Amino acid sequence: MNVIDYDLAIVGAGPAGLAAAATAADAGLKVALLDEQNTPGGQIYRSIRQPAPADERILGPDYYHGRSLLGALEQPGVDYRPGSTVWAVDEDLSLCLSQDGQSRRVRARRLLIATGAQERPVPFPGWTLPGVMTCGAAQILLKSSALAPAQPLVLAGSGPLLLLIAAQLHRAGVRIEAILDTTPRQHYATALKHLPGALRNLPLLTKGLGLLRELKRAGIRRLTNVSALEAVATSDGNLNAVRFNRGKERRELPCTTLLVHQGVVPNVQLTRALGLAHDRDELQQCWRPAIDAWGESSRAGIFVAGDSAGIAGALAAEAFGRLVALQAAHQLGHLSAAERDTRARQAQTELGRQRAIRPFLDALYRPAQAFLTPPDETIVCRCEEVTAGELRRMVDDGCRGPNQTKAFCRAGMGPCQGRLCGLTVSQVIADQRGVPVDEVGYYQVRMPIKPLTLGELADTCDA
Amino acid sequence: MPNASRFERLAARDDRWITVSVEGEPVKVRAGDNAATAVLAAGLRPSRTTAVSGAGRAPYCMMGVCFECLLEIDGVENVQGCMTPVRPGMEIRRQQGARHCENNDREEMSA
Amino acid sequence: MTQAISRAARTADLCLIGGGLVGLAVGIGLQRNGLNVAILDEGDVALRASRGNFGLVWVQGKGDTLPEYARVTRLSARLWPALAARLRERTGIDIELQQNGGLYLSLTEQEVADREAMLIRMRAAAGGDYPFRRLDLKQVREFIPEAGPEVAGATWCPEDGHLNPLKLLRALTEAFLKAGGRIANSGRASAISPLNPGFRISTPAGDWYCDKVVLSAGLGNRELAPQVGLDAPVSPNRGQVLIAERVRPFLHYPTGHVRQTDEGTLQIGDSKEDVGFDSGTTTDVMAQIARRATRMFPLLREVRMVRAWGALRVMTPDGYPLYEASDSHPGAYLVTCHSGVTLGALHEGPIADWIARDRTDLPLEVFHAKRFSL
Repeated sequence: MNVIDYDLAIVGAGPAGLAAAATAADAGLKVALLDEQNTPGGQIYRSIRQPAPADERILGPDYYHGRSLLGALEQPGVDYRPGSTVWAVDEDLSLCLSQDGQSRRVRARRLLIATGAQERPVPFPGWTLPGVMTCGAAQILLKSSALAPAQPLVLAGSGPLLLLIAAQLHRAGVRIEAILDTTPRQHYATALKHLPGALRNLPLLTKGLGLLRELKRAGIRRLTNVSALEAVATSDGNLNAVRFNRGKERRELPCTTLLVHQGVVPNVQLTRALGLAHDRDELQQCWRPAIDAWGESSRAGIFVAGDSAGIAGALAAEAFGRLVALQAAHQLGHLSAAERDTRARQAQTELGRQRAIRPFLDALYRPAQAFLTPPDETIVCRCEEVTAGELRRMVDDGCRGPNQTKAFCRAGMGPCQGRLCGLTVSQVIADQRGVPVDEVGYYQVRMPIKPLTLGELADTCDA
Repeated sequence: MPNASRFERLAARDDRWITVSVEGEPVKVRAGDNAATAVLAAGLRPSRTTAVSGAGRAPYCMMGVCFECLLEIDGVENVQGCMTPVRPGMEIRRQQGARHCENNDREEMSA
Repeated sequence: MTQAISRAARTADLCLIGGGLVGLAVGIGLQRNGLNVAILDEGDVALRASRGNFGLVWVQGKGDTLPEYARVTRLSARLWPALAARLRERTGIDIELQQNGGLYLSLTEQEVADREAMLIRMRAAAGGDYPFRRLDLKQVREFIPEAGPEVAGATWCPEDGHLNPLKLLRALTEAFLKAGGRIANSGRASAISPLNPGFRISTPAGDWYCDKVVLSAGLGNRELAPQVGLDAPVSPNRGQVLIAERVRPFLHYPTGHVRQTDEGTLQIGDSKEDVGFDSGTTTDVMAQIARRATRMFPLLREVRMVRAWGALRVMTPDGYPLYEASDSHPGAYLVTCHSGVTLGALHEGPIADWIARDRTDLPLEVFHAKRFSL
């Protein structure tokens, strides 16, 4: 087995990982930057090295800001390994890494988990139909392949990305039939309470309003107060239309593609598999790893930064990545506490500013209850095709939590390893039991956190 | 192959194209695409059927999370399409239900 | 909420502490005997050996140093079809029981020879009634054509079988609830106090009262047993199971290390017997398990592993079960083993009858903890 030692191993080459790698290498650390994707940038700056669209106006300057992070890859202290999937981390911080169908081990003194976010699962009747995909997926297709969804196209959901992708597709000349905004009306009032904090990040707030104006000018139909979403298929099983309530009226729009979005949540697969402590974030309706101000988790030497530590966006991730790198450098004797603190100041200010707007956004775009606890007939676990109704029956039979329901009905046992059902299963159980979600808990996630062939696993025995 | 659900190509900076096959038919794709992109561009819908009920599915998240884009690629089943860059001549097929478990060593074994 | 529940509501003829496969099977058998039974169970994240079970109903090689264990194991295997049928009738759940025989594959001639010698000894101990065959690779392939060239041979026993342990857990739970049983997710039971008569069991969600108490808490029995004059020298033995993606059916017989479920997923385990790979890091052990399985079945090299289970087996020093009634605290019983699936029908049948009626034809003395202090 190939054992290499690094000062810092970083999992994920998005904004947090790239910024951390650059800062750590600057401080003299030997860094491994490991990323499952073949190109750097994470999902937010996906394909940033070679963005696909010819017209840079489509994705806009916020996306191209990602180019400023690519310098990390040129630094001599950074060993960037694209296409490397970390599938396990052992007690001694050695990582099992799969690259081109072969696994090897990498050992590091410190570990930074910067695995970013994933879109919140948005279960509703028909969400498994071919033709329904996430807004994030559409954006990835735009960034990496300059590919636009099949039309007629409808967007549905809630959150900044919903508006952003709509604007980007519109700039690309794609016709959008309608945006179905599921943001519950009362959330506007709740969010107002958090407006003073949000004003600390005026540029972002202004950008949001700008997007709304842009969509309005473009004449794109935006229906608000939409609920009871349902995707319907033709006899071939493919998406054909979307049904919804607008106020009390049931309506239907034909569509070939339905893009859905209900915000993003931390990707906790690795932090969970490591058994790190997690806190429930009621405003964001998810769990995030418990960390200190420098990103260190409940296990010494393991850090979490960026959206995998709690959703705060790309600029916050960048700042946070730098802070972790400074602390790791300090712990390993490369920086004094004073040097660390001096260098940290700017990143801390930026992080504070980016975080200040979150309560406002989180309150405004908190998913409507129907997406958190969907109707009985809705498939919750896409892999094993388990419905919300089945889960509720399990609870009535005495199941207390997601690990019991998993044993009883296989929810969470498929290849996605619970990524697309975990939050919903816990929420449905909590709702049915009438207790807080945190009391119900989450899946016990175990290594390997990505499927790998038995042959590849077997070959790690050699040497 | 049905065309109604083909995703649409926009003008790209890098306009190198390669040819792969999707369900046996040649399809031109961009060099930077992955196999899931290719089936979307080809309008292959559904791109797999589930092992549980046989229901149709298509790529959903495009970032390696959901495992809905499982495809048969160059004869290997259950490959995550969105994580697999295209190569010239790549043969992409629908993943139909549970994968097979072929014994490639059979002939050698019975010899 | 729980405080509001009256003492009467937390009273049963009998309480089982531990609601895994062992507790549930015994519980159903006690209900069959007319008892009002409650199971006190932990919450969602308990140790749960039952959920990590491999699903074998396995006979061959079990009890080579204790003929009585071989006897009860085979008795349980014989009782399984009737229990499976009853569960299906009562819950509609098919636990996918198949008892068409099983193979223990070996990668070395020496191991095959050792196993054959062991099974010959066991046949002698059973008075000649112990069916098995030694198979060479060619014969193995008559059962499983996909066996790889490194397979040296196998031992075959027609009484071996397997079932779906998760469906079993669910069927037992539903059958137990349908018969009026109560499962209290009351958290870990902390104390058992003898009353006169009966017992009081303290749990975080309040006290329970019962005439009889059965300790079926697996590893938890270690702490509980001394409180009722029993001894449960059990310790955890880590066993790992790898689960591979669904593939089209190819493995029609369970083997000691690999089996395919009705759903098509493959379970690849540690040794079915007691030792297992107990050293090294978790990933090292997983790799060793995968290596052995892919040597046995080279076609598995291309199959993806989807998840892994690390379950703690409940092991006594000699690996055999503990079935014992307390002398000092009449009405308290200990039932613990590491083969909750294979012995499930025994637990539902003769073991439950013994607890309900305080007599049995089973040779239970050999399963007392005293054997460890002799």
